[in-house]
Amino acid sequence: MDSHAETAELREQFETPAQQKEISTLGMWIFLVTEIMFFGGLFLAYAIYRREFASVFALASNTLDVVIGAVNTAVLLCSSFTMVLAVRAAQIGSRKALIVFLILTILLGGVFLGVKAYEWNQKFEEHHVPGPTFHLEGTTQQGPAQLFFSLYFTMTGLHALHMVVGEGLMLFLLWHAYRGKYTPSYYTPVDVGGLYWHFVDIVWIFLFPLLYLIARHQH
Amino acid sequence: MQEHVASIKTYTLVFLSLLALTLATTLVAAIDLGAFNVVMALFIAAVKMMLVALFFMHLRHSTILTKVVVGGGMLWLAILLVLSLSDFVTRGWLPVPGK
Repeated sequence: MDSHAETAELREQFETPAQQKEISTLGMWIFLVTEIMFFGGLFLAYAIYRREFASVFALASNTLDVVIGAVNTAVLLCSSFTMVLAVRAAQIGSRKALIVFLILTILLGGVFLGVKAYEWNQKFEEHHVPGPTFHLEGTTQQGPAQLFFSLYFTMTGLHALHMVVGEGLMLFLLWHAYRGKYTPSYYTPVDVGGLYWHFVDIVWIFLFPLLYLIARHQH
Repeated sequence: MQEHVASIKTYTLVFLSLLALTLATTLVAAIDLGAFNVVMALFIAAVKMMLVALFFMHLRHSTILTKVVVGGGMLWLAILLVLSLSDFVTRGWLPVPGK
C-alpha cells in the first residue's frame, strides 16, 4: 500500500499550520461546551426531580445493576485509554500503533453499547420502561417512578447516541489512518476525534454515580 | 509544530487512577454517609473528570484561549445549575402574599 503522506493544506486564512490546528482544536472545544450545556439541562432536570421525589428515585435507582454499571464504566475508561494512545501513536508517526489502538477503541465502544443494550432489554422485561405497562414494585407513586426511568432512558439513550456517533468518527479515522493520511505534522482529525471521545466518557463518569450509586446506601 | 508528547507511563498512571476511583466510588456508595453520599459521589466524579480533561484531553498543554473557553463553559453550567436550583430549593421558604 502506498502511503501518500500528505500534510494538511494550509488554508489561506491561517498564518501557520500550528495556528490552523489550534483553531480546529478550539472549534471542537466550543462544540463540546454546547454539549456540556445540552447534557447540563438533563442533569438539572434530574437534580430537581430527585429532590422532589427522593424516596421513589432511591427505590428506582436501586433496581439498576451496580456491577454491570461499574464494569461498563471500566470498559469506557479503557476505551479512553486506547484513544489517548491512538492520539499518541499519531503524534509520533506510528501508523501501525494508531490503527491498532483505533480498532481497540472501536471494539471497547462496541462492548459498552452491547452491555447497554442488554441492560435496556432487562428494563423491558421488568416493565421498567415508562408507558402503559410500567410497574415498579414497592411504591404507590408510579408517576414519579416513571419520571426516574424517563430520565434514565433519555440520559443513557442520548449518551449511547453520542457513542454511536463516536464509533462512526473512529471508523472514519481508521479508514484514513489505514490509507496513511496522518503524519506527525498532520493528525488534527485524530486529536479532535479524541477530544469528542473523552467528552462522551466524562458524561458517563457523571451518569454512573448519579443513576446507579446515589441511593445504594439505603439498599 | 511543537506538540507535547506525554509518556505512556503518565497515561497508564492516569488510567489506573481512573479505574481505582471507579472502584472507590462504587464501594463507598454502599456505606451510609447521610447527605455526604451525594457529595462523595460527585466529588469523585469531578476528580475523574479533571484527570480525563487535563491528561487525556491535553488541557494541561492547551493554549490560554482554549482554557478560557472551557472555563467559560463550566461557568455557564454553574449558572444553569446554581441559579435554577436556588429557585427550586428556596420555594416554600416564604409565603406568597395573597395566597
